[in-house]
Amino acid sequence: MTASCPECAADVTLAADTMESEIVACPDCGAELEVVSLDPPTLALAPEVEEDWGE
Amino acid sequence: MRIAVLASRVRAEEKLIFTELERRGIDYVKIDDREQIFDLHQREYPFDVVLERCIQHGRAMYMLKIFNDAGVPTVNTYHVASTCGDKFLTTQALVHAGVPTPANVLAFTPESALEAIEQMGYPVVLKPVVGSWGRMVSKINDRDAAEAVLEHRDVLGSYQHSIYYIQELINKPGRDIRSFVVGDECIAAIYRTSEHWITNTARGGQASNCPITPELADLSIRAANAVGGGVVAVDLLETQDGRILVNEVNYTMEFRNSIDTTGVNIPARIVDYALKVGRG
Repeated sequence: MTASCPECAADVTLAADTMESEIVACPDCGAELEVVSLDPPTLALAPEVEEDWGE
Repeated sequence: MRIAVLASRVRAEEKLIFTELERRGIDYVKIDDREQIFDLHQREYPFDVVLERCIQHGRAMYMLKIFNDAGVPTVNTYHVASTCGDKFLTTQALVHAGVPTPANVLAFTPESALEAIEQMGYPVVLKPVVGSWGRMVSKINDRDAAEAVLEHRDVLGSYQHSIYYIQELINKPGRDIRSFVVGDECIAAIYRTSEHWITNTARGGQASNCPITPELADLSIRAANAVGGGVVAVDLLETQDGRILVNEVNYTMEFRNSIDTTGVNIPARIVDYALKVGRG
């Protein structure tokens, strides 16, 4: 399963157990990407970390 | 059992929890806070338990309030989230429960914060009351640094940054301790070791197993109970004179580095606990 990086258009390979809303890194440009759909596999730039993010 | 999981970004932890639910054949609903619209007049929700795994504190807190007010049990509760999500409220809860913590003061202006820092003596640690992963946590070694950081926070910061939460710097032995509490049990603990004074694993701290001594278990459970109990991760600091102090308590704990390290199936324990809460 592959999807196109919205930053650099590289083909990003997604593991078979990939879930929606998971974060992956583009191996070419290093952009942090969110899996916004699995059918079809679609990536978007992940949102920037906000002040109240954490655990 | 009708289970909902609150989550937006799926971190390694959420993936492990979803995988554990699926492995057991448990149906669940994922509620993505980015898509959800809450009718505040709605009084009932079709869930026996809601497991909160949001990355955003503000959203988590509000959603937990909505579910708790509707009578839906949550892991953790709104009370726990609101207390742990604010370092001032956490300290208040710990202090009033008699749990040992570092010296802490609070001030509301740069001038009074500088005076407080001088009274405490350098070095001190200045932290935002809301935030995680060691972000914007500042070690202040002298008056020049204090003046610089306080001015930056005053000029550049949001409202939150005009609340000056100042903590004694504990001269820890190159590591701190993170313990994991589920219900009334301390299930695991790790050392987080780093050459940097900030030891968060999110900042490069290395995890290794920490034996759970009776003292560590007792302190961890007391800290968890102080903030309301549930599923929490307790950050503890060892002092040079052999005391252990509770630094913070985290209510949406990250544990990806602690499963193999400790040999404890933490996501399974979280799911067990959520099911128990759901059964009432």
